[in-house]
Amino acid sequence: MDLTQLKAGEKAVFKGVAGGWGIKNKLEAMGITPEAVITKISAQLMHGPVIIKAGETELAIGFGMAKRIIVEKIKE
Amino acid sequence: MKKILLMGNPNVGKSAIFTRLTGVKVIASNYPGTTVEFTRGYMKLGEEKTEIIDVPGTYTLEPTCKAEEVAVEMLKEGDIAVNVLDSTNLERNLGLTLQLLRTGIPMVAVLNFWDETKHKGIDIDIKKLEGILGVPVVTTNAVTGEGIKNLVDKLSEAREGNYKYEDEKKWEEIGKLVARVQFLHHRHHRFREFLADACINPITGIPIVIGIFYISFMALRFIGEGIITSLTEPLFEKIWGPLMLRLSGFLGMKGFIHDVLIGHLINGKIDFMQSFGLLTTGLYVEFAAILPYIFAFYLILGILEDIGYLPRIGVLLDRVMHVVGLHGMGFIPMLLGFGCKVPGVLACRTMETKKEKFIAATLMCMTIPCASQTAMIAVLLGRHGPKGLFIVFGTLAFIWITAGALMSKFVPGECPEMFSEMPPYRVPYISAILKKLWMRILNFFQEAFPFVLLGILAVNLLYSLKILEMIGSAAGNFMTKVFGLPAQAIGAVLVGFLRKDVAVGMLIPLNLSLKQLIIACVLLTITFPCAATFSILLKELGIKDMAKSTLIMIATAFIIGIALNLML
Repeated sequence: MDLTQLKAGEKAVFKGVAGGWGIKNKLEAMGITPEAVITKISAQLMHGPVIIKAGETELAIGFGMAKRIIVEKIKE
Repeated sequence: MKKILLMGNPNVGKSAIFTRLTGVKVIASNYPGTTVEFTRGYMKLGEEKTEIIDVPGTYTLEPTCKAEEVAVEMLKEGDIAVNVLDSTNLERNLGLTLQLLRTGIPMVAVLNFWDETKHKGIDIDIKKLEGILGVPVVTTNAVTGEGIKNLVDKLSEAREGNYKYEDEKKWEEIGKLVARVQFLHHRHHRFREFLADACINPITGIPIVIGIFYISFMALRFIGEGIITSLTEPLFEKIWGPLMLRLSGFLGMKGFIHDVLIGHLINGKIDFMQSFGLLTTGLYVEFAAILPYIFAFYLILGILEDIGYLPRIGVLLDRVMHVVGLHGMGFIPMLLGFGCKVPGVLACRTMETKKEKFIAATLMCMTIPCASQTAMIAVLLGRHGPKGLFIVFGTLAFIWITAGALMSKFVPGECPEMFSEMPPYRVPYISAILKKLWMRILNFFQEAFPFVLLGILAVNLLYSLKILEMIGSAAGNFMTKVFGLPAQAIGAVLVGFLRKDVAVGMLIPLNLSLKQLIIACVLLTITFPCAATFSILLKELGIKDMAKSTLIMIATAFIIGIALNLML
């Protein structure tokens, strides 16, 4: 699934990016590499940015970009 | 002179440490050949004068944007790197630290926001971290000044680190490293985090952002008008005015020099808004009418910036900004434009693609009146009640959305998506805010002051040499037919190229009707940016895009001017 499909408050494992080295490098610079655990904090109305938390870092990611970020939901 | 580089991720309190270390004299400038701004200052290290450079914040030494490229370039010239880390987010911050260690530059690591670790239940073993990294580690709390003296002492002990790692396994290594030095205790959800969440949740966030804009606007007016009525106005009316009147008498109340310096007397008196002398209107516009608002604007902006609120506004506005082909953070140049368009254009420089830059710069120049212009418009239209102001700003908002949507559709190129850290809320450090405010005001004066005087001089000469009348009679008919404005208003449009505020001021003696005032104010905003903005815009966009941008502005001015003339 991608980041936009995750619900607010859910945890997931970051798996990779579908296309686009730019995003991958930006995430890498923030310490978000494959297998990193992230939490979705919230999403905005009408396809606004998705907010995630990785470690102590909070990030806002545009909807289109979030759609290309592949994650695997962690079942609790 | 030795160079000390302050390096670290964005939002780790680097500027506060910079302010603590340096004296009064700090200089903001662009890195040669780029548009990335950085600040430098000086400190005494022992007996030696040392340069301190506040390097643009970077997450990595493998650049993902212009600012990071500059940071990497600057690293080559430094003698010592002071790596500032946010101790509440050690893991991510160490990513840069490890890269810095590998460059072999002598280093000191600074764990800033140290007091917050206690509230957050984070325990970091400094001695152990020092041992692993191989460089001195100090803890600071730049807001209160704790640990700064210790940092200065340790600068002489800066040394090369000895930490080795493989690129592929960097973050894995950091994970292990953090596990060895950092211990977490149970803690409660703090109020600030609760607030941070509320600000980006659309249901609570939108009312909050509206509230903050409202409060900021009221504060802007309160501070700006407060300074004007209690300080600058009395100063000019009671002290400077009589002095100038004496000078006027001394100069014989007429003649070329008199008219240039004092301007034209109105009923035997100096009218600071209408005389247009360099020493009267020139100084008055700059110091009495504009400066108070510039001061208030940058003070409020600085506070919002340092608290960490701006990126939250970006999140909430992302959707709207997409309509005009920008993403959420594109609101920052717009916001700055409300202060002065020069820094507004500078802020466009950090945008990723050419398309974004073009749209942001054009929209900002065309539809956002700067603080001084807004102040003059408010003076002019305010006498007729709020209706005129509503129409002017409503029209500008309409142009912003429509022109933006059209440009988003037809300007070729890409519109990247938002990708921005949401920094935790922080208590701002007042000295750092004041230092930034001081630099911004200074910068504003350097950019604007010559043009204000030039603008006033131009008006003055245009009047004295009767050039305005000539142009007026040539183009006046056209102005009247198309925009419903009197022939003399053409002078204001011409002067608008030099200074918008001065141009708006020129409308005062024309005794226009409300409808004419509205049209004139809108036209003055959209036709051209002032000369100071124009020169920077030219540098930024290049001559071709600049020509396109200007054409869009002139075409829009015609369409809107005619439409308003017909509709009102």
